Amino acid sequence: MSDYIKENLNKDGVDRRGFLKCMAWAGTGTLCVLQGGVLKSFALGDVTRQKIGDLKGDLSFVQISDSHIGFDKAANADVTATLREAIAKVNALPTPPSFVLHTGDLTHLSKPEEFDTLAESLKSLKTDQIFYVPGEHDVLNDNGAMFRERFGRNAMGDGWYSFEKNGAHFIGLVNVVNLKAGGLGNLGAEQLAWLQKDVAKLKSSTPIVVFGHIPLWAVYPQWGWGTDDSEQALSYLKRFGSVTVLNGHIHQTMQKVEGNITFHTAASTAFPQPQPGQAASPGPMKVPDDKLRQVLGITDVNFVQGKHTLAIVDSTLA
Amino acid sequence: MKSKKWILSAVLTVAAAVAVSTRPGLTVKAADQMGPAAVKIDNFSFGPQTLTVAPGTTVTWTNNDDVPHTVVSDDKAFKSKALDTDDKFSYTFDKPGTYNYFCSVHPKMTAKVVVK
Repeated sequence: MSDYIKENLNKDGVDRRGFLKCMAWAGTGTLCVLQGGVLKSFALGDVTRQKIGDLKGDLSFVQISDSHIGFDKAANADVTATLREAIAKVNALPTPPSFVLHTGDLTHLSKPEEFDTLAESLKSLKTDQIFYVPGEHDVLNDNGAMFRERFGRNAMGDGWYSFEKNGAHFIGLVNVVNLKAGGLGNLGAEQLAWLQKDVAKLKSSTPIVVFGHIPLWAVYPQWGWGTDDSEQALSYLKRFGSVTVLNGHIHQTMQKVEGNITFHTAASTAFPQPQPGQAASPGPMKVPDDKLRQVLGITDVNFVQGKHTLAIVDSTLA
Repeated sequence: MKSKKWILSAVLTVAAAVAVSTRPGLTVKAADQMGPAAVKIDNFSFGPQTLTVAPGTTVTWTNNDDVPHTVVSDDKAFKSKALDTDDKFSYTFDKPGTYNYFCSVHPKMTAKVVVK
């Protein structure tokens, strides 16, 4: 079963109708596969049987996000258990990821024992490396000092860094410290200057993957779902042929394409949050217990050298 | 004589007491006139968003939300540590003025205390 872009009304390549249909099916365990602007959906059970040829690319990695270790309220009484289920899901992927990105809110209250539990849980993740960026819940009392000590040793400033993998350039950004009253996420002048320098010498054909906690596009500013100075950051990346921005923070999957830039947010492994404007506030959303695992998930990313966009596959825990 | 001195000191004491009791803000009844000065944090907002209190009042914030919040004044006059559900933070406002504050974790949450 597949859906192609039937109505490209805004001419921005976003298959809204197909995407909305896909999101509605997410509760039944559906995979939405975006490949070169075309949305294909598969029932979860079919994934391993379906030889999604393009997915077996030269580079395969996974994004998990918002594990919130330490949270124990109604929306999910055992976030460590659902994190372990997410890890099991990653370990069961047909193509094992070369590495895993955690896009922040590792913990709920920045407590040492929460970081301990997170680190301990991730030991069972079958991958070579894990890269982290902090969420606002990880930097509560010390502007991120403990986070950087444990998960950002090679990072600069508040925790930003970059690395190469199979010809692609990965950039970890921090937009959750030094937040200003009434503002959104914030990258800051020092990080922006570093970013500009970091990509200056790269060829425009280098695939770029940026990952940071708060979305770098204005998903819903009223709820703080955006970054004040992201426009400047994105201006340094406009010349590249393929840019993918991976974020967390909003605890639901969302996607937007703007020219050569694909924005994507991941689900949480802990608890869902309401869709923009659908509740009084963006806090943890309680769903019936038997539906919880259908709104938590992981993101599997694969790309083949030479192709334009990455194949981004969201899958739920159930 | 002893009795005259006694009367004089008694009169002076009474006079002083009268003087003190008629100066506004220094009466012993000040605390009774104030209700509890409280701000409730819930649903990613501070309630009330504007709280007006007299100088010398201690304001107590209570987090009733199921995510942590902080109480940080724009000009760094006060700054709570992260408040989990049911945690409290108190600050005594001695000087008159308008104190804008926000939650440093969710900076869209803003409010103020007016002291006058």
